[in-house]
Amino acid sequence: MSEHDGQFEQKEEHEHEHHIVSPVIYLAILLALLVGTGLTVWASFIDLGEWHIAPGLTLFWNPAVALAIACTKMVLVVLFFMHVKYSTKLTKLTVACGVFTFLALIGMTMTDYFSRAWGRW
Amino acid sequence: MSAATIVSLPDQSTARIPKMNFLTKENGLLSWLLTGDHKRIATLYLISITFFFFIGGSLAGLIRLELLTPQTSLMAADTYNKVFTMHGVIMVFLFLVPSVPATIGNFVIPMMVGAKDLALPKVNLLSWYLYIIAGFMVIYTMAAGGVDTGWTFTSPLSTHYLNTHVISTGLAIFVAGFSSIFTGLNFIVTIHKMRCPGMTWFRLPLFVWANYAASILMVLGTPVLAITLVLVVLERTVHIGVFDPAYGGDPILFQHLFWFYSHPAVYIMILPGMGVISEVISTFSRKRVFGYTAVAFSSVAIAVFGFFVWAHHMFIMGISNYAALVFSLLTMLVAVPSAIKIFNWAFTLYKGSITFETPMLYAFGFMGLFTIGGMTGVFLGSTGTDIHLTETYFIVAHFHFVMVGGMLMAFLSGIHFWWPKWTGRMYPEKISQFAAVVTFIGFNFTFFPQFILGTLGMPRRYAAYPPEFQALNVFSTAGATILGVGYLLPVLYLTWSLKYGAIAGNNPWQATGLEWQTQSPPLTENFLETPIMDHEAYDYEWLEQQQQKEVASVG
Amino acid sequence: MSDSTAISNSAAAETHHEHPPYQRHHFETVEQQADTTNFAMWLFLLTEVMFFGGLFTSYLIMRNWYYPAFVEASHQLNIGWGTANTAVLIMSSFTMAMGVWSAETRRKGALVLCLSLTFVLGLAFLGIKTIEYHEKWEKHHVPGLNWSDASFLNPASDPEVHKDYPGDQPLAPDMAQKAQMYFFLYFAMTGMHALHMIIGISILGFMIVRARAGAYTTGHVTYVENFGLYWHFVDIIWIFLFPLLYLISRH
Ligand SMILES: [Cu+2]
Repeated sequence: MSEHDGQFEQKEEHEHEHHIVSPVIYLAILLALLVGTGLTVWASFIDLGEWHIAPGLTLFWNPAVALAIACTKMVLVVLFFMHVKYSTKLTKLTVACGVFTFLALIGMTMTDYFSRAWGRW
Repeated sequence: MSAATIVSLPDQSTARIPKMNFLTKENGLLSWLLTGDHKRIATLYLISITFFFFIGGSLAGLIRLELLTPQTSLMAADTYNKVFTMHGVIMVFLFLVPSVPATIGNFVIPMMVGAKDLALPKVNLLSWYLYIIAGFMVIYTMAAGGVDTGWTFTSPLSTHYLNTHVISTGLAIFVAGFSSIFTGLNFIVTIHKMRCPGMTWFRLPLFVWANYAASILMVLGTPVLAITLVLVVLERTVHIGVFDPAYGGDPILFQHLFWFYSHPAVYIMILPGMGVISEVISTFSRKRVFGYTAVAFSSVAIAVFGFFVWAHHMFIMGISNYAALVFSLLTMLVAVPSAIKIFNWAFTLYKGSITFETPMLYAFGFMGLFTIGGMTGVFLGSTGTDIHLTETYFIVAHFHFVMVGGMLMAFLSGIHFWWPKWTGRMYPEKISQFAAVVTFIGFNFTFFPQFILGTLGMPRRYAAYPPEFQALNVFSTAGATILGVGYLLPVLYLTWSLKYGAIAGNNPWQATGLEWQTQSPPLTENFLETPIMDHEAYDYEWLEQQQQKEVASVG
Repeated sequence: MSDSTAISNSAAAETHHEHPPYQRHHFETVEQQADTTNFAMWLFLLTEVMFFGGLFTSYLIMRNWYYPAFVEASHQLNIGWGTANTAVLIMSSFTMAMGVWSAETRRKGALVLCLSLTFVLGLAFLGIKTIEYHEKWEKHHVPGLNWSDASFLNPASDPEVHKDYPGDQPLAPDMAQKAQMYFFLYFAMTGMHALHMIIGISILGFMIVRARAGAYTTGHVTYVENFGLYWHFVDIIWIFLFPLLYLISRH
């Protein structure tokens, strides 16, 4: 029953750590990021319009597309440049934890701002 | 009660403090200032936070003296504002936040997980230096004339109206924040990566779990406070910014960002204290903590829920009614894990062989006072009663019950509990029990009347008050005097015990944690060889067998 | 979470005492040390995420409040420089990733080259940023220190920008004032980002010297790897700053 959890984690990570990402993948990611940059600049000059979901709630496509492209670029950097795709569950959990708390800060603050005018139309 | 005490000390005529230990390893000031040893850094921290505690405490004394009479008799109103601000800033950022983690946690966590040191010794030392820099900046602020925003730096008061030293205080807290981030980061890494063979997550002492949860809050919450203070400082220097309505900013945005940290900060301050209580209750009732897993996960639950309740500090500030409703309900939710802890400690006591050494007395004080503090928090968390009670002395009483009645009791409990491990000598039992009782009595005299004052409507943060509140204020000031004695006594007898205390031996409390299975004071490397954890946490039968084996082999 | 084979592993680690010089005494194995510092770096990045989180929250709210001012103020930014800088930073992230690869595969020359390229690209980014900041100063768009509402009260007074965005209407004085809020956040966010770049470049300089001495190409890659994480993080921040500040109000 005596086990070594800490050692186990290390062992698991150890196997992952020596996964050396090939330069070909790095190059592909670089190209994808540059294409993404071009795409987002190009898209910013076109009026993509907006979507009236409900009264008082409108989605503007330009910022939505720009942020979507930025998120995609971030995911590529995190997964490949930062090796998270090849890392342990702990690293993945850490990244998820950061994203979650970041969204909690923005999201929960927004609940206040968005609902302040409710019932006052 | 079967036994009056569980203390078992070695034969005092032959016992010696081990010649080789972390205190005697190297000598000279530099060996301390450049040390990487977590136990030495903990000692540095202990001395520094005690220093700041007594500065903050003296300021509290001044506040109580001023409030003895309804008029502003001792100091002018704006001096009073500065005094309570400096009291708050020092107590929160320079005492409560680092109190248990940076001293006791720093000292015992590596030993509890069976490691030689924290994962990042240099970062640990850096954390202490940042703390000291922050401390000097605060002292500079006081010497230069102080700051009077309240420890909450409320905008636009802090950004527009006041001409006191907001910038130096803000930067001091920025630096202190990074000190606490580095401590928290170090703990998380150590607990994940430095556990000895056999030390699984569910064999960790609950003190480690509690500090782990607090560390998560430190790493994720503190940077938000840091950037908020940077924005306040920028706003004061360039006279444009996002908080001051005169420039088009939103003071409620400041409140959101500030409380995003400062609510979790309450848990940063209380969780490590709860960890101490788990250790002490178990040791002095000779029982495994009831519902170990529930207590462990309740710490993590508090940390997670803690991020979703901050707007309960803002119910009267003009936030949306709907958001207030959500935050109020979530606040009720966070009371659940705290209650789980209290109930589990009570069940641990049930049918335990309880003894009443000083750490246990403080722990009892904690349980009672924290329960009152926590329950009154529920009053404040419900939007209706909050509107009546907020910004009155009810709030003051509430958070002092949690912070002083809770955390400070836990800190003193922990200091007494690990003192023999730290110094190799026992503190004097009788006088310290007396001090614990004095603290408890003084505390209740000081802060209980403030609940009544608050419900009667006495507002906080004023130097003067209507004469009908005087009787209760006199009570409170008298209590503070008793409390002051209660805090001075430990400093005196603990210092005395450094030279004259009884030799403690390895394990005076017959406790089960790995830190008690090594010599006192420990070696710099903590253990002679890497320990192997082959039993569950709080396994008193294992301890007994272990001791019998030792007796047999010596015989 | 149980793995009984790990015991023999740890026993083996205890018996041999020949440690490589870069292993610190309180770790049992080099792998443990590598994992630990790597995890610590990730936690530090969490702190950084939340640090910038406060700025992003402020930006989001102020942009919603003062939308017209933020739109016209963002037209003042030079999209060419912004795009160029994004490309420069992405390239530097690539060279940094290649640096980690060179260290892992023990290619000393390649490592020094990659780190040096990252260093140069980092400096190029800061150079372009300086040009942009200078332009803001000349046009009196530095909030608090050198500020004029003219470009927003009367867009036609700013022919360079006006020819690209002829639709920009004059703003009411109180709204034109709020363009200052945009530039406050612009300087706070890009300034904080630039500060991270400066710290990164300084560390890079130190690393290049050490890399030339062969410090990272003998199997001890953690330092390079962890620095890489930091550098990529700074890149990610810019990946978001670029659309938020430069792009989303262009159409
Ligand atoms: Cu709170």
